[in-house]
Amino acid sequence: MQLRNRQDFWSGVMFIALGLGFAWQASSYQMGTAARMGPGYFPFWLGIVLALLGAIVLLGSLSKKAHETHVDKFDWRIVFLVVGSVVLYGVILKLLGVYISVFVLVVVSSLASHEFNLKVAVANGIFLVVFTYLAFIKGLGLIFPLWPSFLGMN
Amino acid sequence: MELFDNLMMGFSVAFTPENLLYALLGCILGTLIGVLPGIGPVPTIAMLLPITYVLPPVAGLIMLAGIYYGAQYGGSTTAILVALPGETSAVVTVLDGHQMARNGRAGAALAIAALGSFFAGCVATLLLAAFAPPLAEVAFKFGPAEYFSLMCLGLVGAVVLASGSLPKAIAMIILGLLLGMVGTDVNSGVARFDFGVPELQDGIDFAIVAMGVFGFAEIMTNLEQKENRVDITDKIGTLYPNKQEFKEAAPAVLRGTALGSALGILPGGGAVLSSFASYTLEKKISKNPQRFGKGHPAGLAGPESANNAAAQTSFIPLLTLGIPGNAVMALMVGAMTIHNIQPGPQVMTSHPELFWGLIASMWIGNLMLVVLNLPLIGLWVKLLKVPYRILFPAILVFCTIGVYSLNYNPFDIFTTAMFGIIGYVWSKLKCEGAPLLLGLVLGPMMEENFRRALLLSRGDFSTFVTRPLSATLLAVAVFLVILVALPAIRKKREETFVEED
Repeated sequence: MQLRNRQDFWSGVMFIALGLGFAWQASSYQMGTAARMGPGYFPFWLGIVLALLGAIVLLGSLSKKAHETHVDKFDWRIVFLVVGSVVLYGVILKLLGVYISVFVLVVVSSLASHEFNLKVAVANGIFLVVFTYLAFIKGLGLIFPLWPSFLGMN
Repeated sequence: MELFDNLMMGFSVAFTPENLLYALLGCILGTLIGVLPGIGPVPTIAMLLPITYVLPPVAGLIMLAGIYYGAQYGGSTTAILVALPGETSAVVTVLDGHQMARNGRAGAALAIAALGSFFAGCVATLLLAAFAPPLAEVAFKFGPAEYFSLMCLGLVGAVVLASGSLPKAIAMIILGLLLGMVGTDVNSGVARFDFGVPELQDGIDFAIVAMGVFGFAEIMTNLEQKENRVDITDKIGTLYPNKQEFKEAAPAVLRGTALGSALGILPGGGAVLSSFASYTLEKKISKNPQRFGKGHPAGLAGPESANNAAAQTSFIPLLTLGIPGNAVMALMVGAMTIHNIQPGPQVMTSHPELFWGLIASMWIGNLMLVVLNLPLIGLWVKLLKVPYRILFPAILVFCTIGVYSLNYNPFDIFTTAMFGIIGYVWSKLKCEGAPLLLGLVLGPMMEENFRRALLLSRGDFSTFVTRPLSATLLAVAVFLVILVALPAIRKKREETFVEED
């Protein structure tokens, strides 16, 4: 037995794990009968079907006829910067207000590009802060914490 | 002339200054994101979804619809000028459209694409107006068993016609259905899969999933590919196709429109498939197929009309049955539910101004796009030169602001970030997000109808096959799966979608 289709192999593993996970969790809710279904019935069987499909995908990836595929390398730097800047934005939004948060989000996420340039990132940040003000705060009237909470200006 | 009266009513709704403005805004935005490669209608609509909450329902839907078909137009501009398909449905446009541009006929190619799309849009809008009411009548005869079977057919249709591995796509649908289970169960009030997190008791908003899986993950995959900049054809030339080109394009437009309208109605059919099908058809019936791929006007006009027609008629299942046929339609369901409108056959009677206003606005939107696009082509070309390092932080800003304004809770931002990571992993494993999104939207509806059907039949599962309508729908679904699983067709399908990657 040889692992040929790595993409499908790992997808299969993921589907089996998630399917069993959902089914296991669903079994802690009331199952009921087909005529009077409890909250656990539908998700339990969906989870089982998902796990079965995962098994099909997994077995298919091991067959001799499977296409050979590889899972491309993960670029954790990009993931960390993009997702990290978004999480950071979520954390500081209530504390520092939307203007500073948007600026931080733009500058930090810009680091993920391989052609990062501080001047461009700062200019872009200022532009997007102004845009946010005009389009979302003024234009659509969305309610955001605007300035840092400790300044007491909101 | 009930149809006529209804259309008049629709036009009176669509012609209010406010609605005209939102249609225009949607069209411009749609063209913009269509032109820019690497950002599609799904994340854009997901991004704007929370914001439409502050608009009246008709205006919000008109704008979102404008984005959807505007993106089809914009996508073809990029495809013709840069050989980069801005949208998946524009992949085929590259083949002959870009060749025409290289032969110095860029202007003519753009004009053919725009006029073909406009013609297709007009016909499809009429079809939508004519066929939606009778279909909605049929839908009123549907019981829970029929609805369940119809949703099965819709979901199966969506994966069968999509690209990629079939079992994986079905698994993604089921995963989507399961994610749809998260939150409070309407029948028993039990909070399911909430892991004690109070925010999860209201369920996972699919705008969050869409933005994470399509928006964030796409940004990360785009950033990985170190810029492969392409030359842009700056010389556009005359916008008027010559006689020869016109004569070759016109019949292709007609055939493309017919094909696209038909395929668009099928759940899951949609724009991508119809443009592929139209190209194949044109090449098959052409007297000199060797000219295809070298700038044949028919190879551009057919698929362009087909994808636009399909984009319009794909509203039919949504508006009549309440079943979304593709990921964009799934988001439209969300836009309706935000305003407490349950999509389905009752929309036509309970909100006639919304239904007919939307249809009329589509026609107006198509007209706007032709008027807008031809003179503005120079501007779009300039826009293509905006580097990605400026673009993607802007997308992040819009996403995060949109997500936050859903519930004004930073928790939603963190959930979106998590789905961004998950989406990135899925893109590495070649698991597609679109089927998942459909499943997520249909999950609660499907469970509800499944439960009700079995309650009515006292737990007898045969109810799904003994009721004739339900049995027919299920049979079609099974037939589709078997059809695709057959080795000969599977090979053909793989060939068709090979060009897409």
